[in-house]
Amino acid sequence: MKIDEVPQQADDIYEGETKVVYAVGQDGKLATASTQGWEAEIEALKDAVDEIEQQAREAWQRARNGETSPLEYHMLHQRLDVPMLAQAMGKFQWQIRRHFKPNVFNRLSDKRLQQYAKVMGLSVETLKRLPDTLEPGEPQP
Amino acid sequence: MPDLSQFQHQQAAHCETGAAAGLFRAHGLDLSEAMVFGLASGLTYAYLPFVKINGLPLMAYRMPPRMILKMLSWRIKGLKIRFKTFKNEADGQAFLDQKLAEGELVGCQTSVFFLPYFPKEMRFHFNAHNLLVFGKETVDGESQYHISDPVFSHTVTTDAASLNEARFAKGALAPNGRLYYFESVPESIDYDTLIPKAIRFTGKANGKRNITPISGVGGMKLVAKRIEKLEKDSKRYRQLFLGHIVRMQEEIGTGGAGFRYMYAAFLQEAAEKLQRPELHEWADAFVAIGDEWREFALLCARISKGRGNHTLKEAADFLRRIADQEQVLYNQMAKFK
Repeated sequence: MKIDEVPQQADDIYEGETKVVYAVGQDGKLATASTQGWEAEIEALKDAVDEIEQQAREAWQRARNGETSPLEYHMLHQRLDVPMLAQAMGKFQWQIRRHFKPNVFNRLSDKRLQQYAKVMGLSVETLKRLPDTLEPGEPQP
Repeated sequence: MPDLSQFQHQQAAHCETGAAAGLFRAHGLDLSEAMVFGLASGLTYAYLPFVKINGLPLMAYRMPPRMILKMLSWRIKGLKIRFKTFKNEADGQAFLDQKLAEGELVGCQTSVFFLPYFPKEMRFHFNAHNLLVFGKETVDGESQYHISDPVFSHTVTTDAASLNEARFAKGALAPNGRLYYFESVPESIDYDTLIPKAIRFTGKANGKRNITPISGVGGMKLVAKRIEKLEKDSKRYRQLFLGHIVRMQEEIGTGGAGFRYMYAAFLQEAAEKLQRPELHEWADAFVAIGDEWREFALLCARISKGRGNHTLKEAADFLRRIADQEQVLYNQMAKFK
């Protein structure tokens, strides 16, 4: 790639940050060049974010209907999935899934809730309740 | 001891090589990021179907995290890198503070998710990000750490709570507060023996002499086969998988193409240092291969979006062609004396 071919497709998702790539300069030498973004990459990133937000929305709806616990919604909202959360908690995946059952979740000890809150970067109060409205949200923190 | 009064932040293409280059710079050894990458034999390819990220298999275009720093400390005589992990946040923060007070430049392994200065859409649970901490000050009773994050164009500051959370994130590749600093640094580096050794290693690790089927050229061919099999998967999974290839390649670290370009930059520098013209030729070949990888990413993106009449077979064959080109180079490199 030549330096003047380095893509500069700026997008809001990068919030004005730039990245560095190596490209061939006029003299045939490779040097670093700044890039604002590349279309293929931006689209792939947006798709990945959309996918997980879609899953979070579905979980929110199911939690509303009492079919799952707020835990599943918060997990997805914090961009985690079951294997990742299981690993972070030091539990089996089936144990995490079991905690998605509202009646099991409601009986969880404070200690366990504390542990969930810690690995997800939330407060226990936030973890325990489902937000009233579903805002296209920013994961905390 | 590094001379931090002269320390200049420099943006890098990749966090680990950038952090290493920053540490060298602070200790008065001018090693470029590309030279760090090459000397550590960082270039590779790996397909790890059993490591899942959001349900999709991991594909890596460089050696596993920390390997670059480890390789450097093994290879460079007189370079000693001290790694340290901690059982709890308090100890981890106390040690970091102590080292900063001594005037040390400290590298930290962190999660990306908890770093407030990252753009929101780029915050994922990736636990092997590297950054350099070069100072601490108290503003209105709150501790602020000064950070030189290699992938940002400017230095940043972060509050203590966020940095602790990022350093002690849980899950895959959990950093456990891991930090590192250079304990001793040689005055110069013996490029004449190191460079050929590093090039041979990269050739052997990726070419026909590599016996593991999931890494190097073999790994690429496995992924090609997997792409062909996507025909049987659901449309949604197919799209996610192809998008994932693009993201693994371009977004995480500096991308498949990016690492090939960076390696080419290393080969150019090496050619100057050793006065070996064939290294210039290999550098050009890696630039061409980097271009092919970009073309491949574009093809995956098009198929995923259903633009044009491209088939999965086409993408798989494209990847096999890249693998064959790399194979030729690796086999030559394995014999470099």
